[in-house]
Amino acid sequence: MNRIDDNIEVLEPGKRFSSYWGELWQYRELFYFLSWRDFLVRYKQTVLGVAWSVIRPILTMIVFTVVFGKLAKFPSEGVPYAIMVYCALLPWQFFATTFSEAGNSLLANARMLTKIYFPRLIIPASSLLVNLIDFFISFVILLGLMAYYQFMPSWKIVFIPVFLFMAMITSLGAGVLIVTLNVKYRDFRYVVPFVVQLGLYVSPVGFSSNIIPGKWQFLYSLNPMVGVIDGFRWSILGEGYTMNWAAFSLSAALTVLFFFISVTYFKRMEKSFADII
Amino acid sequence: MSVAVDVQGLGKKYLISKSDKQQYNTFRDRIYQLFIKKDSNSVEEFWALKDISFKVKKGERVGIIGRNGAGKSTLLKILSKITDLTEGRIEIKGKVASLLEVGTGFHPELTGRENIYLNGSILGMSRDEINAKMEEIISFAEIEKFLDVPVKRYSSGMTVRLAFSVAAHLEPEILVVDEVLAVGDAAFQKKCLGKMEDVAQKGRTVLFVSHQMEAIDKLCDSCVLLENGKFVMHDETSKVIDAYLSASKKYSEVDLSCIKSRHGEGRIRFTKTWIENGRGEKTPIVKSGDSIKIVAEYELVGAEPIANPAFAFAVNTIRNVAITDLSNFTAGDEFHEHEIPNKGKVVCEIPSLTLNTGSYYFNVLVRTPGAVEDWITEAFYFDVEAGDFFKSGNLPDTARLILMNQDWKLDFRDQ
Repeated sequence: MNRIDDNIEVLEPGKRFSSYWGELWQYRELFYFLSWRDFLVRYKQTVLGVAWSVIRPILTMIVFTVVFGKLAKFPSEGVPYAIMVYCALLPWQFFATTFSEAGNSLLANARMLTKIYFPRLIIPASSLLVNLIDFFISFVILLGLMAYYQFMPSWKIVFIPVFLFMAMITSLGAGVLIVTLNVKYRDFRYVVPFVVQLGLYVSPVGFSSNIIPGKWQFLYSLNPMVGVIDGFRWSILGEGYTMNWAAFSLSAALTVLFFFISVTYFKRMEKSFADII
Repeated sequence: MSVAVDVQGLGKKYLISKSDKQQYNTFRDRIYQLFIKKDSNSVEEFWALKDISFKVKKGERVGIIGRNGAGKSTLLKILSKITDLTEGRIEIKGKVASLLEVGTGFHPELTGRENIYLNGSILGMSRDEINAKMEEIISFAEIEKFLDVPVKRYSSGMTVRLAFSVAAHLEPEILVVDEVLAVGDAAFQKKCLGKMEDVAQKGRTVLFVSHQMEAIDKLCDSCVLLENGKFVMHDETSKVIDAYLSASKKYSEVDLSCIKSRHGEGRIRFTKTWIENGRGEKTPIVKSGDSIKIVAEYELVGAEPIANPAFAFAVNTIRNVAITDLSNFTAGDEFHEHEIPNKGKVVCEIPSLTLNTGSYYFNVLVRTPGAVEDWITEAFYFDVEAGDFFKSGNLPDTARLILMNQDWKLDFRDQ
């Protein structure tokens, strides 16, 4: 009974209590519960609930197919234009919602931040899980769409998880950076909708990135979502779709670099969040 | 006995910007400062805590008392790792759970049961622990019937009971508790206090902040007294409470502009408050029956005109009995928009003070329709001395709180 606990924690200015990632692991249940809360709330609050995550991608797909495919007559890589658009919408919507939610997450949970200790990274990260569920719902629609067009996806579809992971890293990296800036400077919240709006047209969502002239391909790949979207198209569309692997590697490397920079910045600022929020 | 918490030379510094009264930084301002206005003097240092040292033994229950702004909450926040310390060192032996607010993370859309899981995990319980305690938590909160109803349909009393019940079933080695007993109805408060005693009996170390001296007295073995961020004493509870209540230092005027523990939107901010006696002198000591003025200076933050604000002074005894609210709104003296200057003072004149001998404080509050703008608890402490309230030459019994003007007659009518 009288176990002597030698586990002494020392608090000193600027010092971490234990290893950052180890602590994050210890708090995994909180991460799970917060994701669970966001999930419950999202699907309880709106009557549309699940319907919303069905309607939104479908409507966007229809508009893009009409505007880019029918009116602008962009090439469709030998597949139905709707499917080409939808393949890109999947990761794009995932990115857009995760990025916006993560970017606003600390302010939305400000009370919790000032009243309880936990590794702060949990909060922006928990928006990932909810949006993954949305992603799966949207994915099922893709299957339906393929059935409708009697389109057989390529065997490379098994690589989807790899590109999904890349989309997660991209969204979290961007979300974590913006959430840190958002706590420090409140006017960064105006940046989020702007990035999402502009990004939709800058990224190859409504068109194939193969229509970008060759000499601009590398510059274009500086946008990490270009790599993710190309990856999705490559996995699903099959032989007809040619992929610029050099540009993709650049995109992927940038994504990882960006993620580490964001998380490092977040870790540095984390301790002051409760004071300035 | 081994030491559970060892605080050595703790200090916590905040930087407050002097010039702009805006609550938050914006990137726009930052850029502006970088290129146009190189003004680094606009930031002022403020030590919320300085040179705090004390030890808490394992299994000891320690109260932390002091006035608003003394640094109690900051101390708890540092101990709970919510905020970083600026200097010094703290050694903590054992797992800490902190309860700085009842119902942190509660979501109105979720049911009682879902909130128990969520709140429990926020407070640091594992899922297995929550499952094991579920029955106990539900029955303690007395909400069996409403378990699967969203919390938004609960009465406020039920929500508080549920929230406290989750917290009460935490079993850490060290429990850090802020003023949480001040919620709920009297019967439930009593039950909570009983539960807290149970927790303490089990040999857990408890650090407890409260304004309710009875609770402190009942629960704590010893107390730490803080004043203006400085350590005053750490001694037996009764001695420290006496020292606190005798309120050694009273100020004739309190500067509210740099008080951090305030609530509200902040479009109006209090800057100063004081009491004037009948001769117009600022003083913390007045007499029963005196004609006094309670004054607060305010300033508007931002350019928005403020419509019809209601100012209030809420008077309490030092033992935290709420006596009365003085408010221009209830008194019918409304201040309309065109009459509110950017800076000014509000004066509440009391022709004859009806408080009896004792120590009191008041909170200051200002609200606009639909929002609290600024709210500072324990803004000003004052003593009331015996005075000839009734102009009769007979001083009233000092064991009562309130004096009332009265006229007596003896009626001789026939039966």
